[in-house]
Amino acid sequence: MDINQKYTPQSWPDHPETATLEGKNKFIGFWLLLAAETVTFASLFATYLALKDKGPSGMEYSAAGLFELPLVFAMTMILLTSSLTSVYAMYHMKNHNFKAMQAWLGITVILGATFLGLEIYEFNHYVHLGFGFTNSAFSSAFYVLVGTHGAHVLFGLSWFIALMIRNSKRGLNMYNAPKFYLASLYWHFIDVVWVFIFTVVYLMGVIG
Amino acid sequence: MSSIAQKKGFGATIWDFMTTVDHKKIAILYLISGGFFFLVGGVEAMLIRIQLAKAGNDFLSAGLYNEIITMHGTTMIFLASMPILLAFMNAIMPLQIGARDVAFPFLNSLGFWLFFFGGIFLNLSWFMGGAPDAGWTNYASLALASEGHGIDFYTLGLTISGFGTLIAGINFLVTIINMRAPGMTYMRMPLFTWTTFVASALILLAFPPLTVGLFFMIFDRLFGANFFAVDMGGNTIIWEHLFWIFGHPEVYILILPAFGIFSEIFAIFSRKRLFGYTALVFATILIGFYGFMVWAHHMFTVGLGPTANAVFALATMIIAVPTGIKIFNWLLTIWGGNISFTVPMIYAVAFIPSFVAGGVTGVMQAIAPLDYQLHDSYFIVAHFHYVIVGGVVLAILAGTHLYWPKMFGTMLSEKLGKWTFWFFFIGFHLTFFIQHFLGLMGMPRRVYTFGADQGWDLFNAISSAGAVLMAIGVIIMLVNVVMTTIKNERVGNDPWGDGRTLEWAIPSPPPFYNFAQTPLVRGLDTYWIEKMEGNKKGMIFAEPLGDIHMPNGSIIPFVMSLGMFIASFGALYFLDGDKPWALAVLVIGMLILFGSMLLRSLKDDLGFHITKAELLEDAKGGKTDGH
Ligand code: HEM
Ligand SMILES: [Cu+2]
Repeated sequence: MDINQKYTPQSWPDHPETATLEGKNKFIGFWLLLAAETVTFASLFATYLALKDKGPSGMEYSAAGLFELPLVFAMTMILLTSSLTSVYAMYHMKNHNFKAMQAWLGITVILGATFLGLEIYEFNHYVHLGFGFTNSAFSSAFYVLVGTHGAHVLFGLSWFIALMIRNSKRGLNMYNAPKFYLASLYWHFIDVVWVFIFTVVYLMGVIG
Repeated sequence: MSSIAQKKGFGATIWDFMTTVDHKKIAILYLISGGFFFLVGGVEAMLIRIQLAKAGNDFLSAGLYNEIITMHGTTMIFLASMPILLAFMNAIMPLQIGARDVAFPFLNSLGFWLFFFGGIFLNLSWFMGGAPDAGWTNYASLALASEGHGIDFYTLGLTISGFGTLIAGINFLVTIINMRAPGMTYMRMPLFTWTTFVASALILLAFPPLTVGLFFMIFDRLFGANFFAVDMGGNTIIWEHLFWIFGHPEVYILILPAFGIFSEIFAIFSRKRLFGYTALVFATILIGFYGFMVWAHHMFTVGLGPTANAVFALATMIIAVPTGIKIFNWLLTIWGGNISFTVPMIYAVAFIPSFVAGGVTGVMQAIAPLDYQLHDSYFIVAHFHYVIVGGVVLAILAGTHLYWPKMFGTMLSEKLGKWTFWFFFIGFHLTFFIQHFLGLMGMPRRVYTFGADQGWDLFNAISSAGAVLMAIGVIIMLVNVVMTTIKNERVGNDPWGDGRTLEWAIPSPPPFYNFAQTPLVRGLDTYWIEKMEGNKKGMIFAEPLGDIHMPNGSIIPFVMSLGMFIASFGALYFLDGDKPWALAVLVIGMLILFGSMLLRSLKDDLGFHITKAELLEDAKGGKTDGH
């Protein structure tokens, strides 16, 4: 692989992310990593369900009394949209259209950052209500599950930004195409996990 | 860049190992550090047996005893057995599939350094206020009540080294999926490669639950969370589930590679193709699969209810079936073979009855009602030592003899090897066989002493005497290593004379690019096939001689691991109150970690090329056999 090789949309392969051995390795390795991440979140969800609404006697907050859907629904929409915009970015990556890819990634990052901002606001709000990390088993399980997801969002954002800045001058090549592809794969995974959080934590929480 | 026999200064050698991404050097790092921790764990074992040698002994205090058994178990499982097996996987598996390196050489190095720093961190507890003392299983009800920071060394240390193991697992999986030489189909892979593959898949799926459990414990103890705090609504059984969802697959992560090593040995030294290769492969996969469905057999007495106990009891018994299939395949491999009793083969033959004994007690424990009697008694201690020492450790000793020439280019002494074997083997059975009966007589595990009126004196004394024999065996082994290294008689490609797989077709140790030309594989036991057809080169090639692309070394894995190591001290002292610097240390460690990660991500690392001319040069000066 020659990093300086210049491509045109015509000479650019259909699947640049797996066109080299390095790319193929990363592709498979990353899917395996996602398998490990899935088990991680499965463990967190199971624990959350076991500890939902559990706390010391006289505990103030339970899921039904705490969660409100409007804000979380907005967050869900924002994150889902960001997944869509990252798909557009990858569409342009496959067509070797660097500028358009960067633009769509930019939008993805803005949406992701908005989501994260809202999550911080939400946590802050709960803490001010008196629902802190150390209050109950329930609160610990909630913050660790949702917070782990939030940390993944933060990591995904940083990854996108680092890639965009690093490659802003030199455009797409066989070396960085797999990296962009994997970052967006990661982003989808984060999105899917959030769908489960929205369902299991918030929807099922409000229902009681 | 000409490679093989460059003489380097000591500092340069150290630097070379700190930055290496070569799977063969990383294997040596794993072997040395795993071996070191094996000795540490061994000393702890001797202390335990001295304490228990007679009734009412006060050699160790009760508290110190708890620390020592905890560190013994944790060290032996996480820091000795696994790393030494990872050493063989690293050294041999890429050669067996005809690859020039693993899929991610950089991550390979990172995996090692994480394990290494995690192990050091855990053991620093001895010097920094006391070691963990809640057993290697670290049950939350005990662990939360433990004073001082011992438990925190355990949780943080295992988190770090666990990340390293996870990385190694992913790396091996991708390597085997993607980097096999042309013709090396899945059903032509040597059994050691197969077991590496399945063990890696188990690592991939078993370590995350452990990490999650460890994080809960870290949050509970260090940041005020309530996962296991019963008065705050927490539930300590969650720890037990997470630990055993990891813990049972973990025992298969250990035993499967051991099975792999023995499979190679049986075939080589019976000079026969493995009997029932296909059955062995599918038994391996089945064991890996069932391994995830039996964890609650460690929790029969918790009170999960008769239905759960019945289901898990049945599932556990079923695992014995594929294991039995393997035993018969090995026996039939030996049957009618042209056997040579080298040291590895002696270990392999001794392994069969020893391991079967451990399997039988396992099935006994799987009978839930009986387990109410056996649980937490010395019977359990006898069981798991029969499978782990009689299986894993014998495999490690056998593998060390078998692969030493491939890793270091010189043979361990067969004569001293046999002495080690006899001391170790007799000592092993003397130590642990009698513990079955101690268990049946009611002696509970994890007690620091017993009374003279309990009738356990004699058997405990015998058990301790056995431990001394094992220690002598290990010391002879060390002497063997030192003498072999000093003598340094070089050997050729196939020092055992009967190698069957690709690693024996290339020099010992192999050049850093392994294969000048990628081999073309024509069947199972591909080197054997070529030998039988009189091919002097030992293989046929899939490509003409040409430039080879190699990865660059890097210090970043070392620095990243150091960052996590430093951050862990910050986390450890975070809530202490009198240590305001803890937060700063945590932040600095994290900055080092993420900073070096960012550096890695931003800096292009394209590797370098070895040219055809250099390869030809190497081949001339290089037929490394002689010098
Ligand atoms: C035929 C296969 C096996 C069966 C049916 C089996 C069954 C069991 C059962 C039921 C227990 C729990 C007993 C109790 O605590 O009351 C147990 C404990 C244990 N087994 Fe096995 N086992 C088998 C193979 C293995 C192997 C291959 C290994 C390791 C290489 C292993 C390592 C252990 C360990 C370390 C423990 C004790 C854990 C602890 O409490 O500290 N077992 N086994
Ligand atoms: Cu088990």
